[in-house]
Amino acid sequence: MSEIDEIVGEFLVESYENLDRYDDDLLALERDPADVAVLGSIFRTIHTIKGTCGFFGFSRLESVSHVAENLLGKLRDGELAVTNEIASALLATGDALRGMLADIEATGEEGEREHADLVATLERLQIATAVAAAATDEPGPGAAPSPAGSSGTAAQPAVDASAAVDASAAVDAPPAEAAAEPARPRLGEVLVEQGLATEEQVAMALHAQELGDRRPLGEILLEQTNVPGDDVDLGLATQATGRSLADSSIRVDVGLLDELMNLVGELVLARNQIVQLVTSHQESAFASASQRLNLITTELQEGVMKTRMQPIGNVWNKLPRVVRDLSLSCGKQVELVMEGQDTELDKTIIEAIKDPLTHLVRNAVDHGVEPAADRLAAGKPATGRLVLRAYHEGGQVNIEIADDGAGIDATKIKAKALERGVISAQQAGAMSDREALQLVFAPGFSTAVAVTNVSGRGVGMDVVRTNVERIGGTVDVHTEPGHGTTFRVKIPLTLAIVPALIVGSRGERYAIPQLNLLELVRLEGDQARTGIEQLHGVPVHRLRGRLLPIVRLDHELGTGTASRDGREVVNIVVLQADGHQFGLVVDDITDTQEIVVKPLGSHLKDATLFAGATIMGDGRIALILDVLGIAQRARVVSESRERGATPGDEAVALAAADEHRTLLLLGVGERRAAVALSEVSRLETFQAASVEWAAGGEVVQYRDEILPLIRLGDAIGVHGGGPQRETLEVVVHEVAGRSVGIVVDGILDIVEQDAELSPGDGRPGLLGSTVVHGRVTDVLDVAAVVAMVDPARFADHARFGA
Amino acid sequence: MADREYCTFRLHDASFGIEVHQVQEVLRPQPLTAVPRANRVVEGLINLRGQIVTAIDLRRRLELPERPADQPAMNIVVRTTDGEVSFLVDEIGDVVIVDEAAFETPPDTVHGVARELIVGAYKLDGRLLLVLDVLRTAQLPVNA
Repeated sequence: MSEIDEIVGEFLVESYENLDRYDDDLLALERDPADVAVLGSIFRTIHTIKGTCGFFGFSRLESVSHVAENLLGKLRDGELAVTNEIASALLATGDALRGMLADIEATGEEGEREHADLVATLERLQIATAVAAAATDEPGPGAAPSPAGSSGTAAQPAVDASAAVDASAAVDAPPAEAAAEPARPRLGEVLVEQGLATEEQVAMALHAQELGDRRPLGEILLEQTNVPGDDVDLGLATQATGRSLADSSIRVDVGLLDELMNLVGELVLARNQIVQLVTSHQESAFASASQRLNLITTELQEGVMKTRMQPIGNVWNKLPRVVRDLSLSCGKQVELVMEGQDTELDKTIIEAIKDPLTHLVRNAVDHGVEPAADRLAAGKPATGRLVLRAYHEGGQVNIEIADDGAGIDATKIKAKALERGVISAQQAGAMSDREALQLVFAPGFSTAVAVTNVSGRGVGMDVVRTNVERIGGTVDVHTEPGHGTTFRVKIPLTLAIVPALIVGSRGERYAIPQLNLLELVRLEGDQARTGIEQLHGVPVHRLRGRLLPIVRLDHELGTGTASRDGREVVNIVVLQADGHQFGLVVDDITDTQEIVVKPLGSHLKDATLFAGATIMGDGRIALILDVLGIAQRARVVSESRERGATPGDEAVALAAADEHRTLLLLGVGERRAAVALSEVSRLETFQAASVEWAAGGEVVQYRDEILPLIRLGDAIGVHGGGPQRETLEVVVHEVAGRSVGIVVDGILDIVEQDAELSPGDGRPGLLGSTVVHGRVTDVLDVAAVVAMVDPARFADHARFGA
Repeated sequence: MADREYCTFRLHDASFGIEVHQVQEVLRPQPLTAVPRANRVVEGLINLRGQIVTAIDLRRRLELPERPADQPAMNIVVRTTDGEVSFLVDEIGDVVIVDEAAFETPPDTVHGVARELIVGAYKLDGRLLLVLDVLRTAQLPVNA
């Protein structure tokens, strides 16, 4: 039983591979219907599947492939010509076969699907088009005369030709079998394909063989015609490499590779330990042996890493089909060009980028490339060009998806974002085109004028970004209106071994993946004491004029915060998580090194602060910090990804800032606060003695009205504690035609503020904070302050005035 | 029933046993890396030939008094369905062969966490050998 399973397993693997090639071949055939070699390959794929299914008794699978084979047979024999419709039906056949194979893989049975529609379509195409072909009485392109072709009677001399070159092969192989087997290309075909000999020359040579000339084809060609000897050698070489490639590779289980990778990781660690020992023992023989161990380990590590590397072409090979189907359904013409298919990536990363890449490609076809008519009107060729390009750069892989379409119109993006409520009007005005482009990655955003069934449903680009960032990559967009759009995805080569920064906290070492690292800041001397300011109890550091929230590692880890006041140096690791920057204060920063990431056991799966562990050169374990987890714990990033994680949300906050550009600077006790000038009606000074009590609060008589007073210090929890003053400084604020007075300790200045507002921590009454005159200043939300202090009283006041 | 072999160890003032086939190895005190914010019975991580193994303090797991700070803990590495786990114990004893007939389940007066984790006891000469349910012991208590 298990032996049968194994055979079925092999059949499945082989069939999947053949079907992948089958798709490529069909697309190639559609471009060049006269390509007999490709048609032969397609035919062989289906024929093989049909034959094997018959052997295993998978009758449904067999019947579908049988109908497809019949259609292909007619194409091969020239009775039919390849049309879009036929290609579509054959591609659908491939999908159906894959589905049935998947059923077999999952259950061991071929499933219930009959694919009656498909079978009917395939049968109809055979008849309908055959009649058409007969009516015109013209052979289809598939029947283009080709002496080395694999069709019908012409196959006989071809077999002889290949046999003649390789004397050990069976000379009298029956033609049908030869056609069904993936044979090596024939010398005649190779020479014609490479343009080294004409079809006529080869035909003549083959004819000579038929007449009894037993010499190899190459020799006949050399003698009978003027084909140069070098060309024949070249043809023979091409023919030979076809075989050697297949012979020099083997199939290896991925699990085994993962295991090898683990062992090599261990070896790297053992090597690190030994190298460290050697530095303390200066024995030359030991030193040189460890030096060799060092080199060999490095090479072995690279070698094993390579086994997990796969060319990115493995992901891309699905894309021609995607582009073809999509452009047909959109009524567009798109040519897909792929560059750098050989660029290699770790297998796990290849898997992870498959979906984002497919989405970007679909997006480019759907939204990027214009319909043919628009393109012609714009003076561009009717067929759009979509270029996929992959290349290595700085230890990362860059993948570009570039179309030559209309480009992204920043104005349109802004308008759409405005309409969807992603940004405010003020913000749209202040936004640069480059910033506007980033909005395409915001959740709930779609630029397509019409919502299609392909993309543009507003989910997608944000998911693309999330998925790419999950594996430590970035995605960026550049556009040139009228000339096209380029999405650039940057991803790391591998995830198993990553560069990391080693930091110390409370005597333990921790590793921080460099993917999250932006920069290191070291505060010394006076700076160490004053560099970290308190923003209403929340520590911040001014980094180039912007407020950087500060998180203390020992505090987040709960390992105890020793008094730090006496410290001469403060080390801040500036990190990025989910689009937010924050500074992590650590005791010391050791160095950077490549670490092997090891998972934590199931006991620690709840430990969200750690992404794993690694073993250091001395054999001790260091935990790898999960920067996102720490940011969430410290509330730098809100827990649910939707909130605060997107440029859209930041945008809302910034829009609020725009409204509040001109600020009135107030003193509250020792602190400062600011309020937008637009919120201020008048500034008044009252005698303290004129304050009376009404409705349980302080009021003054003001312009024949009773003005309720709110003490700002009490409202935002800052108590001045200054001496009782004789006069009160009051900011008069109007709400719905009613006035309210806000009592402050001093009115200091009016400033034009261009610095951006840093979002606050969500405390009521504050919009956020900014830097004014070199001091961190809270910006008040006046309406909220008023409502917060005493809503009942404020409501009373409203009745009062009525 | 055949005789069984137990790997014995001491915790606080009691003898405990784990069936030999569940024990992978016994190690001298190992350097531990603490895991902040983890369950309190998790004492840390040890490096077992490149593999990272969670160490559980059995005194805390069994809610016994804390081990004195100057007393290093021995490791008993056991195999569980979730991979290896190291139990930290006071000292390692002999491997003993016990007579199945000497086994008795704990009396009802045993309660609390011990009731959950102690399967029973072998009545040996002069002492009781308490048998632990290894898989349950390796699981973390919910509240701590």
